[in-house]
Amino acid sequence: MTLEISGLRFAYGTNVVFDALHAAPFQKGELTALIGPNGVGKSSLFRLMAGLHKPAEGKILLHGTDTSLLPDRRRSESIFLLTQHTAMKAALAVFDVVLLAKRGWQGGRATSSDIAHVEETLDLLGIEFLSDRLVTELSGGQQQLVALCQALVRNPQVLLLDEPTSALDLRRQLEVLRLIRNVTRERQIITFAALHDLALASRFADRFVLLHEGRVAVDGNPEEVLRNPLTGNVYGVRLEIDRNANGSLIVNADLTS
Amino acid sequence: MDQTITMRAGERYRRRMMRNSLFVGGAILLLVLAIGVDVGVGPGWYTPAEVLTALLFPQDVAPKLAIIVWDVRLPVAVMAVLIGAMLGIAGAQMQTILHNPLADPFTLGISSAASFGAALAIALGIGLWPAGGNVFIALNAFLFALGTSLVLFMFTRMRGVTVETFVLVGIALFFTFNALLAFIQYQSSEAQLQQIIFWMMGSLARASWTKIAVCLVLLALVVPLCWARNAMMTALAMGDDRAASLGVPVARLRLEMLACISLLAATATAFVGTIGFVGLVGPHIARMLVGEDQRHFIPVSAAAGAVILSVSSTASKAITPGVIYPIGIITALVGVPFFLSLVISIRRETWR
Repeated sequence: MTLEISGLRFAYGTNVVFDALHAAPFQKGELTALIGPNGVGKSSLFRLMAGLHKPAEGKILLHGTDTSLLPDRRRSESIFLLTQHTAMKAALAVFDVVLLAKRGWQGGRATSSDIAHVEETLDLLGIEFLSDRLVTELSGGQQQLVALCQALVRNPQVLLLDEPTSALDLRRQLEVLRLIRNVTRERQIITFAALHDLALASRFADRFVLLHEGRVAVDGNPEEVLRNPLTGNVYGVRLEIDRNANGSLIVNADLTS
Repeated sequence: MDQTITMRAGERYRRRMMRNSLFVGGAILLLVLAIGVDVGVGPGWYTPAEVLTALLFPQDVAPKLAIIVWDVRLPVAVMAVLIGAMLGIAGAQMQTILHNPLADPFTLGISSAASFGAALAIALGIGLWPAGGNVFIALNAFLFALGTSLVLFMFTRMRGVTVETFVLVGIALFFTFNALLAFIQYQSSEAQLQQIIFWMMGSLARASWTKIAVCLVLLALVVPLCWARNAMMTALAMGDDRAASLGVPVARLRLEMLACISLLAATATAFVGTIGFVGLVGPHIARMLVGEDQRHFIPVSAAAGAVILSVSSTASKAITPGVIYPIGIITALVGVPFFLSLVISIRRETWR
């Protein structure tokens, strides 16, 4: 099972975001970090993949099926987008919103197995104790964890995570990314995460895709991409890459001027 | 250890759902009680036993009493409940589709359009439908309210229109119609002015079994639709993007609900005039009691609206013996203390 992006063109009015965007197929069980400076179109690409926007040209193929031709409900069952802004204003309890994600919006009564699955997922992220709290009462980081629960409980084939760790503390960032990587491998999901912390991303991602000027500028394994001189240029920084004693990459960025 | 903890989250969820269902049941009981009191109170001061006999065996009591109960009090009591429920549902859905706790059919100009339509009919005899008297006024109010919704409706279909701009357009319509209404009031004669103001105060005295039937038919159309959409609407409460990621057709859902809200608000206003506060506060009471899961949110919003209006109806008769005040005046006076007491007594901790 693969996900392919070919010849994607998309614009907000006259503001062209993507112009013939191509990418090598994305494999299941692989965590891809989508990187690039602010406003380069990471969120737009996610929204296109999730079907929240329609491309002007080009296709996103899952299993060879054009995802834009799938009915909304079918697409939402295979592709799930965790949006960047995870705050919710609704007077709903944590358990309820995760259960809602689990069951979709078909209505009817929740089965025991639905409820058990929600409990398990809340445990997985260590927020079972928040289950009766209103989502509006949570901190930004806790809300992000709830959103991650919603994503995991859906059990999609493609998981799109738009800055999934932006509100989390240092330990939680590591835990969540490790969890995402493990889940991706165990459940054989095609996972994308838009990330800004390149050092952190390089520890967990299998592949880096750098967006620039509406196209994929650099694509490859994290070290290749980080060592490519174009990467530093795209960000407008000087990148120094090194490895520490236990083999993780050290990313040092400096302003060029 | 782990097992007992995981058991508890689901168990707590089940308990909460059970408790919320009890709230729905309790609200319905309260409603029945409120209707009973509403029918029991009024000029004439019959005893509860007499009223009950008249209700159950109208042929066994004096014709005067039977007429008072069946043709005067009961239509008013039932109408109060139906209109309250309609406004409660309309307000709840409006707040949900606009993600705005201050939205209701009034803040978006639908009711001011109705007032303008009614005033136009009263003062100038200009109507969009040729018919006579009160029917003419009600129809004109209805058509103007619906027309305004149609404008809002078409507006949402424009590209790049966000919920925020939608609310702003609604507010612009509100002020436009208020200005036009003031214009008509300034131009009209003293008698017409009195009639316009009286109409705007809202009154259940215009209740009739025909109007009740219309309201029932409308509710029979709208309520099943809302019920079928309850999970989608709960998802929408989480935000547009969240709902869309779950596959909810957000734009279509918003239009469907706007159509329902428009029909409910236009009908309610056309029949009883502008009764504010209910559509705004009914949903807030429901939100505080059961949260925004639509399975409980909508029934409790409807019941809260109905109880407020029913109690107001009773109060409008009971304050000064022999005088029935326009219900629009009473609603806020009755509702505000009740609402404030809820705000103060219900704390967030009840959710934990």
